[in-house]
Amino acid sequence: MEKEPKSREGIKGWINPAKYGKFGIERFAWILMRITGLGLLAYFIGHIYETSNILNGKEVWDEMLAMTQTTEGHIFLALVIGMCVFHTGNGIRLMLVQMGYGIGKAQRPDYPYKPQSLNMKGKACIYATIGIAALAMWYGITVMFG
Amino acid sequence: MASVSQKVSEEKSQTIVSSTKSVTLRIKRSNPKINSEEKFDEFIVPVESWTTVLDALLDVKSHLDHSIGVRYSCRQASCGSCGMKINGKPALACFTKISELDSNNITVEPMDNFPVVRDLAVNFTRLISNHKKIMPYIVSNDSEVTPGDGVKELLQTPADVEKYIQFSSCIKCGLCNSACPTMAMDTSFVGPQALAQAYRYIADPRDKGKKTRLKIIDESHGIWRCHAAGSCSQVCPKGVDPAMGIQLLRSYLLGIRD
Amino acid sequence: MKESVIMKIHYGTALGAVFLTVIHILMRMTQDFHQSLEYENVLANYEMIGYAILLELLLILISIHGFNGLRVILLEVNQGQTYEKVVSYGCVAAMAILIAYGTRTILMASLGMV
Repeated sequence: MEKEPKSREGIKGWINPAKYGKFGIERFAWILMRITGLGLLAYFIGHIYETSNILNGKEVWDEMLAMTQTTEGHIFLALVIGMCVFHTGNGIRLMLVQMGYGIGKAQRPDYPYKPQSLNMKGKACIYATIGIAALAMWYGITVMFG
Repeated sequence: MASVSQKVSEEKSQTIVSSTKSVTLRIKRSNPKINSEEKFDEFIVPVESWTTVLDALLDVKSHLDHSIGVRYSCRQASCGSCGMKINGKPALACFTKISELDSNNITVEPMDNFPVVRDLAVNFTRLISNHKKIMPYIVSNDSEVTPGDGVKELLQTPADVEKYIQFSSCIKCGLCNSACPTMAMDTSFVGPQALAQAYRYIADPRDKGKKTRLKIIDESHGIWRCHAAGSCSQVCPKGVDPAMGIQLLRSYLLGIRD
Repeated sequence: MKESVIMKIHYGTALGAVFLTVIHILMRMTQDFHQSLEYENVLANYEMIGYAILLELLLILISIHGFNGLRVILLEVNQGQTYEKVVSYGCVAAMAILIAYGTRTILMASLGMV
């Protein structure tokens, strides 16, 4: 492991918002994948704990429901729905990309050296995933506030 | 901290300066051998439509501040020496025109994720060692040509060459490593440059070292720490498209390709 | 374990979890959303053996996928032999604890030990 000082950007390289204007939507999808992944893991742990209250009887279960079936609870759940849909959609896109599909074919590069792997298909998939996640959130809100 | 020394470059530059346009060039200065202080020095430089960032830097170095540390060589995007961060994005200074940047304020800094030697010059030891790690040469029993055995050259069809020629364009400028978000945190990651070169050799039909190379990169800080953020391909000045090479390489490890 | 094997598991658990999560959510839609969360209805779900198996599989798949993802992120944040061992074994331990805790809930609920 290297020990040179100040050679790495560190966490700024991940969270500096200025980066996301300079690099493409693919980088934004990368950081969103991380954020949604961590968010979903935290939700999952909470969900396992929350649902285990079923073993403590009806009163405890109803108390727990009263806590979560609030406006804030619904908004939180809508966010979780959005995170889940994005993480799933982008994950499927990534799996296909990482298997070598949708990234173009190797060929002799020529000026202006546009990268084939960062093509419109991939970008469209990312935007579509974000759109579908937003739709899913909207649908979730209509069901929960029903 | 910005040290505002608003000096103006005089009309003694190598080009016949007839421009009416000037830009402010902010150069990050540091000398880790002396102290950890970092500052920005500002210079006003006259530019033409064809002036590159490197031209502007050398203008400043010639006439205003001889002490600026900058590495350059070919001035035609062949050697990969002048990689730096220009307005926040890694790029070759010789290949970036001031007019392309659409800004009157140009900030140049050393590339991220490389130890700084001085000012804009960075240390490439890690890049070179990662590159060497993936065995950047043809591995073949036939590579020793002995007289009389009839083997004069290892023949390839144009289709064979097309499989890897893109990745052989790498000039080791380090811009991809600088842009990579994994390189920002992971000190053990091999980096997109080395991975793209690993693919270059594996895709070469003359090479017989595929299994060994795949074993080298199949570790916890190898190919699996690439998450297809694509920043490497975004900044590559030679169209190598390391992201493509890495995903194609990954398909070998996933068993999609043989 | 080779990193390529771990990542194949990561991808496999992802696909499995997506499929099972869709069924899990569809189960909520067999009734009115708020009704489906009532105590008796939730308990009735656990008592269906097929659904209990689905929940158990979902628990295992998401735990593996989630904690492996966390392991990957933590390995990028810092490096070093000791740190990497702690992270890897810590994630496996957390995975095991969560699976055990969830399995307890599923088993007790489905066997009527409420």
